[in-house]
Amino acid sequence: MGDDLTSGGPPMGSRRSRITGQPGRREGTRGVTIAVVSTAVVFVAIVFAVTNSPYWPEVKDFFFNREIFLDSLPQVLAKFRRNILYFCIAEVFVLGLALLLAVMRSLRGPVFTPIRGMAIIYTDVFRGIPTILVVYLLAFGIPTLQIPGLPNSPTFWAIVGLILSYSAYVSEVYRAGIESVHPSQVSAARSLGLSRGQSLRHVVIPQAIRRVVPPLMNDFVALQKDTAIIAFVVAVPEAFKQGQILKAASFNMTPLVVVSLVFLIITIPMTRLTDYLVERERRRRQSGSAV
Amino acid sequence: MTEALRVEGLHKRFGELEVLRGVDLAVDEHEVVCLIGASGSGKSTLLRCVNLLEQADAGTIWVHGQDVTATGVNQNAVRESVGIVFQSFNLFPHMTVLRNVTLAPTRVLKQPRAAAEDRGHALLRRLGLDDKADEYPDRLSGGQQQRVAIARALAMDPDIMLLDEITSALDPELVAEVLDTLRELAAQGMTMILATHEMGFARDVANRVYFLDEGRILEEGTPEQIFSSPKQERTQQFLERIIAAGRM
Repeated sequence: MGDDLTSGGPPMGSRRSRITGQPGRREGTRGVTIAVVSTAVVFVAIVFAVTNSPYWPEVKDFFFNREIFLDSLPQVLAKFRRNILYFCIAEVFVLGLALLLAVMRSLRGPVFTPIRGMAIIYTDVFRGIPTILVVYLLAFGIPTLQIPGLPNSPTFWAIVGLILSYSAYVSEVYRAGIESVHPSQVSAARSLGLSRGQSLRHVVIPQAIRRVVPPLMNDFVALQKDTAIIAFVVAVPEAFKQGQILKAASFNMTPLVVVSLVFLIITIPMTRLTDYLVERERRRRQSGSAV
Repeated sequence: MTEALRVEGLHKRFGELEVLRGVDLAVDEHEVVCLIGASGSGKSTLLRCVNLLEQADAGTIWVHGQDVTATGVNQNAVRESVGIVFQSFNLFPHMTVLRNVTLAPTRVLKQPRAAAEDRGHALLRRLGLDDKADEYPDRLSGGQQQRVAIARALAMDPDIMLLDEITSALDPELVAEVLDTLRELAAQGMTMILATHEMGFARDVANRVYFLDEGRILEEGTPEQIFSSPKQERTQQFLERIIAAGRM
């Protein structure tokens, strides 16, 4: 369908169209040219202005030192594996706990008022406290008490903090999904003799999860980044902490720029994937809106 | 004849709006009953009350002699024996056609998956849909979707089928295939209560017709009586409007 529109343009036409903000739409060769040229001009101007500013050599050496960069990259990457591990552990629990909270909150009827109330208080409290504060309270607080039967590892409690905080956010995402499933779906399920719980499990939740994958991915990205909070409160050698150590040794910020880049390697593809999923969901809804 | 369904003094209000104002109705086994009346006259609400999807404010409903409006009744069990098909199909979009049909038999009746699927295939074949078993609902036409919805309700082996304006959301050329399915069901002796605007169908297939007006049953009789010599003025007016609209 779009063949006749893009065939006249340069081979990179479809890629360029993202920059114009109109993927796959007409604009033609002329639009692409304008986009390329104006972008190039702006970039060159910025680079020229920055590199010719009076303090650029100092800035460059302090943030973008080539040797320190190459030296710290493998060390930071090695420690980044821990961030990924913490992220994976936390994410599994977040997805489970958040779904439980969302279901608790969607229960109807006076019998469930206390359960619903508990879920509401939980989300209000943990969404309202800065994540770093929750992590700090748990990681420094609980190990100090030396309570028998409870783990004393600050890292353990830091991850628990992340899970508690993010579950509150993610449960709201799930809840939006559950509420977006049309009541007629529940009517259909109940009319077949399915119980309330069965309707929720087999009809509502599968559809809800499908719809909230894109916003869930956004929270994935945020959680991935916030694994760095653990370094702030606990002396655990993950990427951020490693960057701080290297920075202290070299009196140079470059290692922390390296840490930033390493995070971007993960988060940018995830963000793009999220955009893609949002777009796909949008198209799917537009084409399937007949029912 | 045994009585499949009896409704007495049914009242239902949504906030300020009183939708049902004392409905009495009795349906024998193997009988096909049509509910006609203007939009908002309470046809759908009546069917939803019978299926217990809406809780009646007052009145009693007996299904095969059992008072299903009594407290402590297992509503899920009642719904197993009373199937309902909706105007907007309400198929489960995330499941294949076959899974739509087998969900309730496997989860509610605890039938083994293989047995439920065999039966599901048989039902779909009967409705001419077996080649669509592995498709998702959004790949089907409206008429096909509605027939899947009928198959899904039939899979629970209901004693009574409630059909809530099931052809109203269909393109005209798709209505016939759904009505044919209903004719077949009627011929096999299924007890059916239809809320419908298909007067031609009501005249051909129904044993009795109820005319609802503002939440009450205004007139009841054989299709012959209702369509040829309606007694009530409101019924006459309604039928004149229908004829003027070319629906009969």
